[in-house]
Amino acid sequence: MLEQLLFVLIAIAAIWLFARNVKTIRRNILLGKDIDRSDNPSERWRTMAMVALGQSKMMTRPIAGFFHILIYAGFIIINIEVLEIIIDGIFGTHRILSFAGGLYNFLIGSFEFLAVGVLLACIIFLIRRNIIHLKRFSGVEMKGWPVSDANYILIAEILLMTAFLLMNATDNKLQQLEAAHYHTAGSFPVTSALASLLPNNESTLVLIERTCWWFHIVGIFAFLNYIPYSKHFHIVLAFPNTWYSNLNNKGKFNNMTSVTNEVKAMLDPSFTPPADATPGRFGAKDVTDLTWVNLLNAYSCTECGRCTSNCPANMTGKLLSPRKIMMDTRDRLEEVGNNIDKHGKDYQDGKALLGDYITPEELWACTTCNACTEACPVNIDPLSIIVELRRYLVMEESNAPSSINNMFGNIENNQAPWKYSPADRTNWINN
Amino acid sequence: MNELHIKTMADYMAAGEEPEILFWVGCAGSFDERAQKITKAVATILNNIGIKFAILGTEESCTGDPAKRAGNEFLFQMMAMTNIELLNAYNIKKIVTACPHCFNTLKNEYPGLGGNYEVIHHSQLIQQFINEGRLKIENGETFKGKKITYHDPCYLGRANGVYEAPRAVIEQLDAELTEMKRCRSNGLCCGAGGAQMFKEPEKGNKDINIERTEEALALKPDVIAVSCPFCMTMIRDGVKLAEKEEIVQVLDIAEIATKANGWT
Ligand code: SF4
Ligand code: SF4
Repeated sequence: MLEQLLFVLIAIAAIWLFARNVKTIRRNILLGKDIDRSDNPSERWRTMAMVALGQSKMMTRPIAGFFHILIYAGFIIINIEVLEIIIDGIFGTHRILSFAGGLYNFLIGSFEFLAVGVLLACIIFLIRRNIIHLKRFSGVEMKGWPVSDANYILIAEILLMTAFLLMNATDNKLQQLEAAHYHTAGSFPVTSALASLLPNNESTLVLIERTCWWFHIVGIFAFLNYIPYSKHFHIVLAFPNTWYSNLNNKGKFNNMTSVTNEVKAMLDPSFTPPADATPGRFGAKDVTDLTWVNLLNAYSCTECGRCTSNCPANMTGKLLSPRKIMMDTRDRLEEVGNNIDKHGKDYQDGKALLGDYITPEELWACTTCNACTEACPVNIDPLSIIVELRRYLVMEESNAPSSINNMFGNIENNQAPWKYSPADRTNWINN
Repeated sequence: MNELHIKTMADYMAAGEEPEILFWVGCAGSFDERAQKITKAVATILNNIGIKFAILGTEESCTGDPAKRAGNEFLFQMMAMTNIELLNAYNIKKIVTACPHCFNTLKNEYPGLGGNYEVIHHSQLIQQFINEGRLKIENGETFKGKKITYHDPCYLGRANGVYEAPRAVIEQLDAELTEMKRCRSNGLCCGAGGAQMFKEPEKGNKDINIERTEEALALKPDVIAVSCPFCMTMIRDGVKLAEKEEIVQVLDIAEIATKANGWT
C-alpha cells in the first residue's frame, strides 16, 4: 500500500513539473512575433507524418538514420509497457495486461528485441561521439553542455534499457520458481538466456526485480523532466515544428509589409498606410523580434549538425554555423525567459541576440543557399533568422560591408548592382 | 553568328503587337562579358525556334534580388514595384529568364507585390522545346563521348525544385553525364548567392568556388555545365585558378544547345 502511495506521489510530481516546464517554454516561444502558418492543413499533416513520424529526412545518412529509427521505435513501443507499469504501480497488480494472452506474450517478446536494439544503437552513438569523434559533432557551439547533454541521454537510455531487461529476466525466473504474486505472463526470448546467471534465492530476485522496476519507471519520470532542458525536447517538438514548417519554395523570402507601406507612400504620395500598421523595428535584433516559428525552431533543434556540415560557408572555414544560429537563439531566448521570471515582463538586460550571441561576420558569410534548411531532419529554417538579422544590420544600423553598400548604391543609381549605364543594357546584342 | 534580331517591348507596343514571351535578360546577362554570350545563346534559340519574344531593353532594371538577400528590403521593394508597374503596363503574361536569381525573385516574390506572371527559367523552356520536338540536338558541334558534369544553382535547384530541366539538354547529347556527389538537392553552392557575388568572402580557409570546382574537376570532365551566370563566373574562376581552362570548358546549357545545333 505504501509502495502504491509513493508511486502515485512520484507520478503526480513528475507530471506536474513537466507541465510547468512545458508552459514556460510555450510562453517563451510565444514571445515571438505572430506569423500565420495555418494555411494548407492537409499538406501540413502530410509533412508532419513524413518528416517527424516517418523520419524521411534522416535516411539521407543511412547508418545514423537506421539506428535513430531503432531508438525512436524502441522508445515509443516500449512505452506501451510503461502504461502497464503505471497501472501496476497504482493498483499494486503485476503485469495487468497479461489477460491479452498470446498478443501480450508477443508484445513483451518483441519489446525485448527492441530493447537490445536500442541498447546497441546507444552504444554505437556513444562511440561515434566520443571515440570516433565524428566531425559533425564538433564546432565552437559544441563545447560543454551540448556535449554532455548528448552523452547523458545516451547513458540514461542504456541504463533504462538495462534495467528493463534485468527486470524481465528476474520476473521470468520468479515466474518459473512460481513465486507468489509472479503469475506466468509474457514471453522472454532474450532475457530467459540470463536465467542461469541470476541467483536462485527468491527474496534476492524479488529485490532485483523491484529495484529494476522502480529504477525504470522513476528513470522515465526523471527523463520526462530532463528533456525540456535538453536538445532531446525534439522528441516532442519535432511534431509541431514540422507541422508549422515553411511550405513555400525555399527561395521565397517574405515581403515585409511594413516596408511595403513605406515604399508605396514614397512612390505615391496619395497612399495612406492602413491605420493598424505598426512600423516597429525593421528586421531582428533580439529573439523577441523573430517570429514564434523561429523560436519554436530553436527549441526543436537536435544539435545534430546536419545543417552545419552541409553549409558551404562552414565547410570552407568561415565562422558561420547554422546550428550555432539555432543554439544561440535558444540560449538567448532561455535567458530572456529567465529574466522575465526573475525581474518581470519589462526587464531589459541590455543584451541582444545580435552582437552578444551572433556576430555580423557570421551573418555576412551566408550565401542563402538553403543547404541548411534542406538538410535539417526536422525542417528548421536557420536562413530566415539570418536574413532577419541582416535586415536589422542593413536597415536599422546601415552596417553592411562597404562593397555591399556600393552594390546598393549602384542598384539605386544605375538600376544594376554594377556601375554600368542603363543605356548599355542592350550592348550584348552586338558584342 | 547570324545577326540577332531582337525587339523590345516598346517596339512591339509601337507596332500594336504583343510577343508570346518576355525574355528577362538580367543584369549579369546584360553587362557581364561572359554572361552576354549566354544571353545571346538564349536569344538564338528563341529566334531559331521561331518564338515571338521581346526584351525590355534599356527599360529593364535589377529585380532587386541582391538587395533583398543582403537585407535591404526597402531597395528591393522599390525596384520590385517599379518593375511591376512597367511589366503590368506592358500587359506581360509570361517571362523567361536566363538567371535563377531573377527567376526566383520574379516567380516567388513579385506576386505578393502585385506582379503575377508565369515565370520560367530558360532551361525549362529548352526542355519544353525538346519534349515538343521543336528543338533537336543535331548538325552542330559534337559532344559525343565527352564527359559532362552539371552544377545545380541553388536558386534553381533547392530554391525552386528544378533539377531535371537543365539535365534534359545534356541527356540529348551523345555525351556521358557524370554527377558530382553533391548534386541535385544536395548540391553545393558556387559561393555567389546571397549577395556574396558583390563582396569579398568572409575570412575562412578556402573559397567556396574553389571547393566546388575541385569537386567537379575531380571527375575529369570535358565540360562543366551550369545554368546561372553567377555560377558561370565562380566556376570559371575556379577552373582558371586550377589552370584547367585549356581542357575544361564551362558552358551554360543554352550554349550547349546552340553549339550542338551549329547555331554559333
Ligand atoms: S543558407 Fe547560409 S547558413 Fe544555410 S547552408 Fe547556406 S550558407 Fe550556410
Ligand atoms: S537546425 Fe536542424 S540540422 Fe541543424 S543542428 Fe538543428 S536539428 Fe540539426
